[in-house]
Amino acid sequence: MAVDSQTIRFFLGEELQEVHDLDTNTTVLNYLRLLAGRRGAKEGCAEGDCGACTVVVGRPVSDQVEYRAVNACIQLLPTLDGCQLLTVEDIRSSTGELHPVQQALLNRNGTQCGFCTPGIVMSLLALSQQMGPSSAYERRLALVGNLCRCTGYGPILDAAEDIVDKVEDTPKQSWQTPAWNRLKHTTPLSLKVAEKQFFAPQSVQELIQLLDEFPGSTLLAGGTDIGLWVTKQQQELDTIIYLGNIAELQETTFGQEVLTIGATATYQSALPLITEHLPALGVLIERIGSVQIRNVGTIGGNIANGSPIGDMPPPLIALNATLYLQSSSGQRSMPLEDFFIEYGKQARRPGEFVEKIGIPSPPKHSLFNVYKVSKRFDQDISAVCGAFHVQLDARPDEGREPLIVSARICFGGMAGTPARARYVEQSLQGNRWNEVTIKKAQVLMDQDYAPITDMRASATYRLQVAKNLLRRFYLESYVGRGTARIDRQQVVSR
Amino acid sequence: MTALTFEKSSPIQGGVHMPQPHDSAAKQLSGQAVYICDMPDVTGQVHIHVAYSTQAHARVLKMDLSEVGTYPGVITVLTADDIPGENDVSPVIPGDPVFAKGLVEYAGQSLFAVVAESLVVARLAAKRAVIEYDPLEALIDVETALARDHYVLPSKTLRKGSAAQALESAPHRLQGSLVIGGQDHFYLEGQAAFAKPGEDQDVTIYSSTQHPSEVQHCCARVLGIPDHCVTVEVRRLGGGFGGKESQPALFAAIAALAAKKTGRAAKVVLDRDADMIMTGKRHDFRTHYDVGFDSKGVIQGIEMTLASRCGMSADLSGAINDRTVFHADNAYFLEHVTIHSHRCKTHTVSNTAFRGFGGPQGMMVIERVLEDIACYLGEDPLSIRRRNLYGQKDRNITPYGMAIEDNILDTLLDQLEQNADYQKRRKQVQAFNQESHVLKKGLALTPVKFGISFTTKHLNQAGALIHIYSDGSIMLNHGGIEMGQGLYIKVAQVVAETLQVDIDRIKITAASTAKVPNTSATAASSGSDLNGKAAEVAAQKLKKRLQAFAAEHYDVAIETVCFTPNQVCIGSRVIPFDDLVKQAYLSRVSLSATGFYRTPEINFDADTQQGRPFYYFAYGAAVSEVLVDTLTGEYQVSRVDILHDCGESLNPAMDKGQIEGGFIQGMGWLTTEELVFDSSGQLKTHAPSTYKIPTCADRPAVMNINIVDNNPNRVETVYRSKAVGEPPLMLAISVFHALSDAVASLGDDRQRPTLNAPATPEAVLMACEAMRREVGG
Repeated sequence: MAVDSQTIRFFLGEELQEVHDLDTNTTVLNYLRLLAGRRGAKEGCAEGDCGACTVVVGRPVSDQVEYRAVNACIQLLPTLDGCQLLTVEDIRSSTGELHPVQQALLNRNGTQCGFCTPGIVMSLLALSQQMGPSSAYERRLALVGNLCRCTGYGPILDAAEDIVDKVEDTPKQSWQTPAWNRLKHTTPLSLKVAEKQFFAPQSVQELIQLLDEFPGSTLLAGGTDIGLWVTKQQQELDTIIYLGNIAELQETTFGQEVLTIGATATYQSALPLITEHLPALGVLIERIGSVQIRNVGTIGGNIANGSPIGDMPPPLIALNATLYLQSSSGQRSMPLEDFFIEYGKQARRPGEFVEKIGIPSPPKHSLFNVYKVSKRFDQDISAVCGAFHVQLDARPDEGREPLIVSARICFGGMAGTPARARYVEQSLQGNRWNEVTIKKAQVLMDQDYAPITDMRASATYRLQVAKNLLRRFYLESYVGRGTARIDRQQVVSR
Repeated sequence: MTALTFEKSSPIQGGVHMPQPHDSAAKQLSGQAVYICDMPDVTGQVHIHVAYSTQAHARVLKMDLSEVGTYPGVITVLTADDIPGENDVSPVIPGDPVFAKGLVEYAGQSLFAVVAESLVVARLAAKRAVIEYDPLEALIDVETALARDHYVLPSKTLRKGSAAQALESAPHRLQGSLVIGGQDHFYLEGQAAFAKPGEDQDVTIYSSTQHPSEVQHCCARVLGIPDHCVTVEVRRLGGGFGGKESQPALFAAIAALAAKKTGRAAKVVLDRDADMIMTGKRHDFRTHYDVGFDSKGVIQGIEMTLASRCGMSADLSGAINDRTVFHADNAYFLEHVTIHSHRCKTHTVSNTAFRGFGGPQGMMVIERVLEDIACYLGEDPLSIRRRNLYGQKDRNITPYGMAIEDNILDTLLDQLEQNADYQKRRKQVQAFNQESHVLKKGLALTPVKFGISFTTKHLNQAGALIHIYSDGSIMLNHGGIEMGQGLYIKVAQVVAETLQVDIDRIKITAASTAKVPNTSATAASSGSDLNGKAAEVAAQKLKKRLQAFAAEHYDVAIETVCFTPNQVCIGSRVIPFDDLVKQAYLSRVSLSATGFYRTPEINFDADTQQGRPFYYFAYGAAVSEVLVDTLTGEYQVSRVDILHDCGESLNPAMDKGQIEGGFIQGMGWLTTEELVFDSSGQLKTHAPSTYKIPTCADRPAVMNINIVDNNPNRVETVYRSKAVGEPPLMLAISVFHALSDAVASLGDDRQRPTLNAPATPEAVLMACEAMRREVGG
């Protein structure tokens, strides 16, 4: 019998899997297709974008099980330790009848070539497990991460609507009652296979010790970036420390006018509290990746990987967020904007990890908004992401033009790091919140930024949009002066 | 035998004109439908990674693969020197080597293949190759190639009447240009092939191809063996869209070479990036026009120049660019017309077939012309379009001399205009735009007329094979490929209808070159027209044999034998179909038949470019409405109304799927799907992270799709249906013009917007800013 800490344990459907001696870099998809003989889930892109590999992962959360859709292609198998993995092969009834989700897709002619279909079935299964009645907009959000090239999506959305009230009538299926206690470990997972190691500490203390021992290790959270190092660049990750089992790092809380997001809180788990306190940021998050990505992707990871086009840093910098880092030498903090030194270089020291992000509540008479502009509206990487935070001395619609007390504006996609628009900010400060001020400030974007041209957008477009977004921010501060952007919820639900 | 009454029995299950679901739906939904990548591994199977050039144009000075070959787990490395036959997999004109030798002509061109115990090993080993290039000047875009007269094929000019004269004498004249982007197929299943060596020189290849016969012939040529040694089988594709017409031969040939050399089964499955970098796409075009028209906007004369990026070889570019020319009229009568077509050679991947096959690009140009005329005259573009439509009896000769005899666009447009409430919504859009400063709406109605037949005459043929087994069950085989479009179920419906048996009695089997030879690609929307007819012919043969047998056996006049649902009436008797089959078998009647079909009446003289290249036309039209954010160029297609012509649809459920899917794919082509090559010829958009096809959220919130009622094809196609694969893609041209219409609302009435395709948010914003500059805003 293999040593407990060296065995990955999870349920595959109903069956307990105990995996030893598996290359720790193995993706869930490769495990399913090459080792478990399940070839329903497909590889369409190996970068978590097309959704053909979508599977559902169940986790016990208090006394319930949370079923979430994830991309199997970029998820590493050891991260499933303690979970249940469901694939398209699991969900027909024991007598072979199609699951209501499958039946609805069949009734609506929701398959053509069928290659994306298993992924769509699993996204809809996850949707059916976690929500009450869904709106048209929510159903679209749930399926945005599943590309289909044949159907034009109509039949799939119709099927999604059909199942809204049908799934609850489905008899309880055998996979819905796994014996979770059989997955328990006496000691945290600690794999060593050939030259590769994988650790899944359960506390910050354990994490600190591991980082001291293996300072060069790869810190893995959602894996929505790191997964691609494996699949796209064929990198071999020798020592991985997985952060997903450390409860302390996952919490999102609000207290003393500060919203605190733990480093490994996923977008999805942090979304409700973020939406409550910073609705504009919630709107942005719904456009980051897809449900599959947001179910595993973490806000801390979006910061720690240092990308100049990550969508969270610009709004967090505009909101003057504080980043907390930890290591065996203790905790330190810094304004988030100081974390990004230059392209590819951040202030994280060896042995350090991101602990949390603190976002102070915007002061009175503050305006805050963030706009993402990309080639495709959903599930795309920003060409430009602009965040605006302006404090006024009065509400804009109270009769007189208020004075601008302070301004913090930060853009992604305009420089090698997320970067503030200092000239624009200065020009705004102390002036009246009106057309003249905005027009004067807009042109200063040319001094603040010298963006590049790449496959996402030209430098000209980036600059033009940056200027126009300031204008949009201004227009939106006045309720009733005409809509300044497309409200998709409204478009969809009319 | 019990005497049965002649009560009218219930109709068969799954006959023609019924919305039968896709034959594989349940399997696809439970992960049981097998694609090549899913085929179970066999003992000794090897995996292949194909390595490609990183240079767009270069001499290969050195290719040191010694460390690749010795990498642990590598079995062998294949290069051009391993090819026993010809190093070429081109479909028409030589120029597509299996492995480059000495010269590379695009970044992505196949150089060598690593054959290893696993794909991971093959990939890692390939990185050990040392390649030395001597870079040569690379021509990447159309402009550069045009300037150098660098072509893969000679330019062509089609003339009717005297355009020059008509332009001179026309009351109004406009010039304009339009850039039209390319498109990646982005089938979800990448290119794949699996080859198994057999006895003698045989090899069996499972290929994800729309064209098994071509794969067979190419592989035989590469291996230097007769065609009869190569069997190609295809059960289904995970999408094709034209991208698996000529492209799969390369990968099938590499798999076959590996199988031959190692004596082991060999599989190649491309990952997304390799697939997008290595394989051809829709041709992008640079176009220009010069049009003369009268005060009503009726075109008097027009001259067009259509130049496409063909890439490094001819591939199918000849026929594709021909079709562009044949569709540069779309639905409009052009009395005096000159069309120049340039097929530019560039050092980029060889562009290839893609749903519409060049037709969409031709239509884009003429639709832009009509928009521009409307703008110039200050009229609604729909009025201008309608005035220029082909006539019924006169004004009905195409630039290539074919009389249009089946034009239904007048009534189709009437109906759509009414269903979609076009005139009222036009006013609403205008009113909205007057009130709204940032958000602007746009509306456009565009028609489609698409010629059906391969313009290469000999391709318009098909074969089918039907066996009736002695228990009455039926096996159906034909040369058509199921790539999601529902061809297999449609052809099965034809057989069920013809033999009057329930469809579940028919087993649909994988296309195989061993069963039906010398097939054409499932392309040009022709799948059900050709294979449906061939299967109908085979079924008719069997029916006649059974009829003759029944007449003789029961001693009745042959006219009294008729097939009713799952039964046969023979004189005063009615017996189950199964019983008749059993009796026929016992009486030694052949229960297997082939069917062959060739499209009648088509004829085209390539030299004079006159004749009838198309058996008939498929029609349709769409109204699209968009909402544009003029600060960022972002937009949403809010409503689409479609009325499309399927003749008497063989299967309205499948056809509706083609209409909707084609529309969204066309919308992607004209909106968010942007292919970006850098100046050195590297494709920068080679995965879904950078290449953006529509998601479900891009689907218009309101989509009303209707098929024209009571509308049998006027020519005798299979059960009077019409082809539907490609035409709906072009309905999406309405989205492009709706966007353009929204942009136009920023300007003076007469200011023409300068939107190019794809209309990415960037393109839309730039067109908005140009508009604002013009009006001094």
